[in-house]
Formats: sequence, structure tokens, C-alpha cells
Amino acid sequence: MDIGLIFKIAGIGILILILDKLFKDVKQENIATLVTLAGLVVIFMMVIGLISRLFDSVKVIFQL
Amino acid sequence: MEIIQILAIALIAAVILTLLKKEKPEIAIQISLAVGIVIFLFMLGKITLVIESVQQIALKANISPTYLNIILKIIGITYLASLGIEMCRDAEQNAIASKIEFAAKIIIISLAIPIVMAVMDMILKIMP
Repeated sequence: MDIGLIFKIAGIGILILILDKLFKDVKQENIATLVTLAGLVVIFMMVIGLISRLFDSVKVIFQL
Repeated sequence: MEIIQILAIALIAAVILTLLKKEKPEIAIQISLAVGIVIFLFMLGKITLVIESVQQIALKANISPTYLNIILKIIGITYLASLGIEMCRDAEQNAIASKIEFAAKIIIISLAIPIVMAVMDMILKIMP
């Protein structure tokens, strides 16, 4: 399951890259930055989910 | 067998990161963090196995479990701290990395104080 998550994040990243370039070519700078920010927030949510799982498992294993 | 899966993930992620590094460094850092965490979660089963066997050995050698718990805590702290330090160095934030290092050292020393006290008591008992 986790491996799919990484590729999902990478896919979103590449999608944002393409969209960003697309909007830049069409001279729509503000939409480009909005798309980048939106994608960044989505990816950050996923990564935070992973980080919380990491902290829970480390707490259990190392009795932190 | 697991090493093959881990290697596959790592290599693919490395290629994707080089693509994203130039254009979108902020996403590249998050992907490398995600890969690091997934590989750790992947290794959970083996880590618990190792720790349980170490605890059994400690029980047989009748070492008190409190010291083993302290050692386990210290190992956990060093792992988390090194994860954070490498992540910050990857993001060219060396100042933050050294702050994490500094904090981790202080925490580890504070955890190790009971063990040092126990050793001191033992030595004083032995001294004539």
C-alpha cells in the first residue's frame, strides 16, 4: 500500500510540474502559482499522514 | 527478498527526484522524506524481531530491563534525529540540522544519567 503512496505523490508532483509550465506558457502566472500551492498542500497532507504513522510505530517499538 | 523491493523503490524515487529537483525542490524533499518513512515502515517487522530477541537475551543474562529500556529509547531517539538531520541537510538547511543534533545529544545525555549513577555506585561499593 505504501509503495503506491509514493508513486501517487510522485505522480502529483509531475502533474503539477506540467500544469505549472502549461499555465506559464499561457501567460497566466497567478493560476500557475495557485496550482503549485494546491498540489503542494495535497502532497503535504499525504506526507503528514506518513509521518504520523512513523511516529506512532517508533513510539510503540522503542517505548519512547 | 525485501531488499529487492526496497532497492526498486529507492531507485525509482531517485530518478523521479532528479527530475523534480531542478524545477520543484519543495516536492522533491517531500518525496525523499516519504521514501525514507516507507522503507522504515517496511522494516518494522524485522526491527521488532531483533528487539524481542535482544530482550530475551537480556532476561537470560538477568540484566535489569530498565537499562535495556533506556538503551532502546536512546536508539529510537538517534534514529529519529538522524532522519531529521539528513532531511534538513538534504534541504540545505544545515543550521536546523545542527540544532536537531544538539537537541538529540542533550536528550540522550539526560536519559543516560541513571546508568552513569548506577555505575558510580557500583564503583564506590567496590572501592575499599
